[in-house]
Amino acid sequence: MPSRNLDRFGVPGWVQALPFGLVFALFFIVPLVLVVIVSFWNYNDYEMLPAFITRSYVESFDGCLTKLPDLCTIFKTYLSTAKFCLIVWVLTLFIGFTVAYYLAFYIRSQTTQMVLFLVCTIPFWTSNVIRMISWIPLLGRNGLVNQFLVYSHVINQPLEWLLYSQFSVALAFVHLFTFFMVAPIFNSMMRIDRRLIEAAYDSGATAWQMLTNVIMPLSKPGIAIGSIFVVTIVMGDFITFDVMGGEQIASAGKAIETRLSALQFPPAAANAVILLGATMLIIAVMNRIVDIRKEL
Amino acid sequence: MNEVRSPAFYALSLFFALFVLFLYGPTIVIFVLSFQGPTGGLTFPLNGISVHWFEKLMAGGGIVDIGSAFRRSLELGLVVMVLTVVLSLLAGLAFRKRFFGSNLLFFVTVASLIVPSIVTSLGIALEFRLLDDVIKNYGPAWIADGFQTSMGNFTSGLGAHLTWTLPFGLLVMFAIFNRFDGRFEEAARDQGATPWQTLRYVILPIIVPSLVGVGLFGFTLSWDEIARSSQVMGEHNTLPMELQGLTTTVTTPEIYALGTSTTTVSFAVIAVALFAIGLLRARQSRFGSDAGKA
Repeated sequence: MPSRNLDRFGVPGWVQALPFGLVFALFFIVPLVLVVIVSFWNYNDYEMLPAFITRSYVESFDGCLTKLPDLCTIFKTYLSTAKFCLIVWVLTLFIGFTVAYYLAFYIRSQTTQMVLFLVCTIPFWTSNVIRMISWIPLLGRNGLVNQFLVYSHVINQPLEWLLYSQFSVALAFVHLFTFFMVAPIFNSMMRIDRRLIEAAYDSGATAWQMLTNVIMPLSKPGIAIGSIFVVTIVMGDFITFDVMGGEQIASAGKAIETRLSALQFPPAAANAVILLGATMLIIAVMNRIVDIRKEL
Repeated sequence: MNEVRSPAFYALSLFFALFVLFLYGPTIVIFVLSFQGPTGGLTFPLNGISVHWFEKLMAGGGIVDIGSAFRRSLELGLVVMVLTVVLSLLAGLAFRKRFFGSNLLFFVTVASLIVPSIVTSLGIALEFRLLDDVIKNYGPAWIADGFQTSMGNFTSGLGAHLTWTLPFGLLVMFAIFNRFDGRFEEAARDQGATPWQTLRYVILPIIVPSLVGVGLFGFTLSWDEIARSSQVMGEHNTLPMELQGLTTTVTTPEIYALGTSTTTVSFAVIAVALFAIGLLRARQSRFGSDAGKA
């Protein structure tokens, strides 16, 4: 932890942090400001025109009032994206928590623990697209799963919904992003004072009581951080929806990408601002549950 | 520590084993299928075993110029790696002191992880498009004449990748310095070491294995990045972007061969990094302090 004496020595902190800060100023802050500004610009078929109008927003929410009680496109899209968020969140939380719990409390040797944690981490360092493509030979019409099910007479016709479907999108999300749950929850669990576990044990707690009354509450920071990661990734994703959904499933991120491929920057920016707002809303709710900074 | 393993242990071990199978199974499947015979298709069975699809890949067989995309991604990854290590280290050192705006910088760094990549990518694209307009319309003639775009792998592309790798770099630095024993530095300072000497001869040798870890994050995250890259690479796509494009057009095992090649690079980098970390750790314990030992 920072020692008070450090202040008097060496290069001032802000100088050391300057290059790091400049990268974020140039490639994150300014771009975000530009997104907000351009979302109020006008546009025609081939260029964006500086202005201050709400055309892009009006178009984005087109029909939201007139079509009632039916839902307009953007609400349908966000509802569908939120549904994926919920499904993927529940699954990654369950799997991630279980894996982290096993690693933190059932593996006794520290070396084994680190090796097994690495085993969970290594796929995170490889390509997401390739990990998505890898499901094709398993889930395709003539894939291994269908071959096996037909062969064992569970089904007569190959299942069509295994690939390029909502199922395969959710599966790919869980496959790709459970790591974002495992790592922070494992980190939280490793910081739990082992004497608390012993105290619970000495007081006669069963393993289940220990899990629900001691470990779960103390893992809350990790759970919150992992949840923020997973939910925001699914909210903003367009590649997984594209590759695994066979370009059939709408998502909040894809709505932006579609506008961009038509070079309609202001509507893309307006959609980006809406997506940002939705994402920030989710994080604000989660931040109420736990102060992220404190828990690192 | 010698009590009998509970049934829960075996149940959880099984769960973990299934999870690992889930993680690695598909990758192993396309690894096997990339050695599909020349007449084989995208699924099992294997029609013989060959390196046909790798040869086709190397030959460039009609699909986009994979070779140069491969090289571009490699170069970009290396540059991102070096910058990630250096900038994260400096920022990590800075965060150990109090400095003006440290809370804000931390907030921005975390926000960069959380803001959807497509939004960041769009913002950077807008930034460079507007910059292009400014240069074309108001720039001096010697720049503006024949000027195409300022967007490219090593301008907007590099920046986009750094907004993704640097937060991970900083978080790893936090983890390092949270466990760092500040008494080493105080001892060095008490012996009259300058701040630079303290950094060079005390701090760096202790944290260098973890810096390799930061570099590993820097390279691999850049090597596989698509979402942030999507709008900002200008005319030259990176390898994963080409790969994504190929998922819809290529219907032969060639795409598996490409996948296997890409994953092999990732695994090689991971192996080298982990090996280096192991070596450095071993060296540390060999030359480390013998205080308190018999």
